[in-house]
Amino acid sequence: MPHIKIARKSTATDMTPFVDIAFLILSFFIMATKFKPAEPVPVVTPNSVSSKILKEENALLITFDKDSRVFVNVNAKKDPEKLTEVIQGLNTTRNLGLTPAEIENFKNSPIIGVPLAKLKGLLDIPAADQGKVKQEGIPVLDTLNNELVWWVSETKKAFAGEKLLYIIKGDNNAKYPTFEGVINAMRKNDEFKYNLITSQEGPPEGTELYKERMSK
Amino acid sequence: MASIEEGGGGDHKKGPGVKKAKKLSTRVDMTPMVDLGFLLITFFIFTATLSSPATMDLNMPKDTKKEDETKIKQSGALTVMLGKNDEVFYYEGELAPDGSNFKSSNFKDIRDIIINKRKDVIKNYTPDPKDEDLKQKAKERGDANWQNAALDKDFVVVIKPDPEATYKNTVDILDEMTINAVKRFAIVKISDTELQLIHKTEGK
Repeated sequence: MPHIKIARKSTATDMTPFVDIAFLILSFFIMATKFKPAEPVPVVTPNSVSSKILKEENALLITFDKDSRVFVNVNAKKDPEKLTEVIQGLNTTRNLGLTPAEIENFKNSPIIGVPLAKLKGLLDIPAADQGKVKQEGIPVLDTLNNELVWWVSETKKAFAGEKLLYIIKGDNNAKYPTFEGVINAMRKNDEFKYNLITSQEGPPEGTELYKERMSK
Repeated sequence: MASIEEGGGGDHKKGPGVKKAKKLSTRVDMTPMVDLGFLLITFFIFTATLSSPATMDLNMPKDTKKEDETKIKQSGALTVMLGKNDEVFYYEGELAPDGSNFKSSNFKDIRDIIINKRKDVIKNYTPDPKDEDLKQKAKERGDANWQNAALDKDFVVVIKPDPEATYKNTVDILDEMTINAVKRFAIVKISDTELQLIHKTEGK
């Protein structure tokens, strides 16, 4: 009888190439990832079917949280000097009496959410510690004293001739009048195009939008 | 699985009591390293995709004088009101003085209401032969049948959030406009009569 010998193979595999690939992919993702900057105000955005991705551009970011407090943040990626223009304009038109040090401090402020009268006090605090201070929000509900109007108009002035996005980031539980106040502040400045930040979701099946997306 | 091989340690060539240095293999078990690697990869994949938020465009009309206000046909109008606790109210056309056509709904059902109303408006649409704008639009699209250029032309949704409505409700209803391909809609301030009707319904 011929005797067939079955070679006993070890089940141990060489893991080294596997590790190589894993870490190659890992290093790629580390390089490609851009971390979200820490959010000074926690906001849970609503969902929408919109799939447009927000581009990083010059923008006036208006945030309102669940307690309907309104915050502003000017994004000027290319030219930080614009920020100085914004705060200086605000300083002169509203007589805030800011010192050069406070104006310099504004450039590093993560987010501003105080009435104009208290802005000086906030800017006295070093930028890094401003997040710890409880900010009461910019008043927008009163039509006659909508302070956001001043912020929008100064930002608009500073970015004259350049593309400026108006980004609205609202919390699910914020009340509608706050949103209306924000919109009104921009309408007073003749700005009618806004970007609302939302989380993505797919269109429900069977609807017009669903059919349209499927046909593409 | 990779394993660490151990050299035979049990022979006593050099006599009892003399320990021979173990021959250690250079092979290391890579499995935990792979585990860790892929764990980190998954983490980075998730953070990478989540960091770019989507945006929804919103265009508001210019504040203009009363006489410039867009005329809408009452028959094609659907007014949707947003109340507290995610409630939705609506009426078709004009609000009856006694509020008899004021109905209550919710976010689940409002879609069907919008779709049905749209179908209804399209069915009843009679194109105006004098409408040059419509003919122009059809021509641009290369559509010979100009009457069909804008069947839902008369369909307008008027959105009226009440002060108790949340931002989520507002975005949801705007989203509903995109979902149902409603081309004309407007956000309008709620009137006192409507507010009273909402409170009356909520009070029940």
